[in-house]
Amino acid sequence: MTCLSFHGFQLSMKPSNLREHVEFIRALGVVMAYLLHILILINIYIIIAISLNLIAGYTGILSIAHAAFYGVGAYVAALLAVNYGTPFLLNLVIAMAVAGAVAAVVAFPSLRIHDDYLVIATFGFQMILFSLFNNWVGLTRGPLGIPGIPQPNIFGFAISSHIEFVILTGVCALVVYVITKRLVESPFGRVLKAVREDEVFAQALGKNVIRYKILVFVMGGALVAIAGALYAHYVTFIDPTSFTILESIFMISIVIVGGAGSLRGSVVGAVVLIVLPEMLRFLGMPNAIAANMRQIIYGTLLVVMMIFRPKGLVGEYELR
Amino acid sequence: MSVALLTISNLSKTFDGLKAVAGFSCAIAKGKIVGLIGPNGAGKTTVFNIITGFLAADAGEIFYADKNITRLPPYRIARNGIVRTFQDLRLIASLPVIENILLARQKQTGEHWLAALALRKKVRAEERKNKELALEILNQVGLANHDEHLAGALSYGQQKLLTLACCLATEADLLLLDEPVSGVNPSMIEKMLALMTQLAANGKTILFIEHNLEVVMQACDHVIVMDAGRKIAEGRPEAIKNNPEILEAYLE
Repeated sequence: MTCLSFHGFQLSMKPSNLREHVEFIRALGVVMAYLLHILILINIYIIIAISLNLIAGYTGILSIAHAAFYGVGAYVAALLAVNYGTPFLLNLVIAMAVAGAVAAVVAFPSLRIHDDYLVIATFGFQMILFSLFNNWVGLTRGPLGIPGIPQPNIFGFAISSHIEFVILTGVCALVVYVITKRLVESPFGRVLKAVREDEVFAQALGKNVIRYKILVFVMGGALVAIAGALYAHYVTFIDPTSFTILESIFMISIVIVGGAGSLRGSVVGAVVLIVLPEMLRFLGMPNAIAANMRQIIYGTLLVVMMIFRPKGLVGEYELR
Repeated sequence: MSVALLTISNLSKTFDGLKAVAGFSCAIAKGKIVGLIGPNGAGKTTVFNIITGFLAADAGEIFYADKNITRLPPYRIARNGIVRTFQDLRLIASLPVIENILLARQKQTGEHWLAALALRKKVRAEERKNKELALEILNQVGLANHDEHLAGALSYGQQKLLTLACCLATEADLLLLDEPVSGVNPSMIEKMLALMTQLAANGKTILFIEHNLEVVMQACDHVIVMDAGRKIAEGRPEAIKNNPEILEAYLE
């Protein structure tokens, strides 16, 4: 008999008695929930990847502080929901505003410098913000995290099942995709590409390069806050470990593997980098080893991509 | 000399003790082609960089159409109507030729992010008009039928023409061209010079850096000679040609 082992459940393909039938349906439910959970994660990471792609892929600002803005979004939404019981949509809007404002504060000193120095500066801000999440215990409860974040309620419609979350995150991802697509395909997007390729040339043609860079950084920060708020309201518990420098590097990996400067690339990158490590579960690998394996897979993938396809899976431009 | 479009007075710039520009003054008349010549290291490109705001002058002032533009950032100077090309060709190699020219258009509604999202109809209409104009400019500089090619795929000479086309697309009145014909084959030089003459006839003012004296004599209405950061002579090309001091500066 064909058997699939999954989280301790045996999924037999040909149930023969009532007990096995019940087991089968229960197991099927778990599998469904698991698959939907992956889908929700993919949707959230599509938002993250697109918002970072706008900054790094289209405008050429290699930021490794993106997880920090994601965290700001998640914490703002979580704290509002837990402390004031404000509705999801309001939390979302405020999270975007606050993350955008924090991004502006980071952008002003950082975006006047270039290349490696810029990466290091964003690294510094990532450390500062993580440190705030982790040590401002009065506000964030530090490493204890924030439990009991309510699930979203949108105009009286409660979002609680996996399917509902798939739809909510999917709609958000679609909106972010369409907005970003319209931006990058407009004359505004043309200026962003010019800033990425040759700042001096763009300036000589009358483009206020610094203004565009700050604007894009703030936009990216505000957009990733959508992902942060969704994440907080979905998992109902957040702690600083979700918003580390490793997470930022993971986000950049998605953009690079998918293709910098390509929106389809961000979708493909999010799907590949979320699904690929999940495959490890089916190899029967213990969780402790699987977690390390994941890092090894990401690292190997990045190296292989840089050698054989620096433009990413479906991208057109190389991130320099 | 007729009315001056650009007036530079007492411009100075020092790099680590080296006087790149030392009290340089000049006036550029409207509608003229002016050559800026001098040996390597004379400070020609530095003057360009200061006029266009990429370098800050230590001292001196620059007036453009009676407006003090001395400390404006590059993008504001370009918006005021002064555009330039670069010695090391600058363009967006990974974008098609036409996109490079569209990028150069000024005051585009769609360059504002909100307009790009909310006023799509207006932006599209404007983009269509700009595209027509871009094709006209490409035709004018002799790059018709190259509009869809990547800028990076053009030959060196064609890329120089494209950078000039970008300048034209901005509708700026003063063009600063840094060695527009260096490293370009003779027929392309003729093409470029004819184009510059035609532009000046249509009211554009051109200041250009050039090493080839023959080209300068052929194209210029007026020549300014620099050496060691100073202006050592200026005048009509014939007068400059017969000035022994200039020949000496070149021979050194």
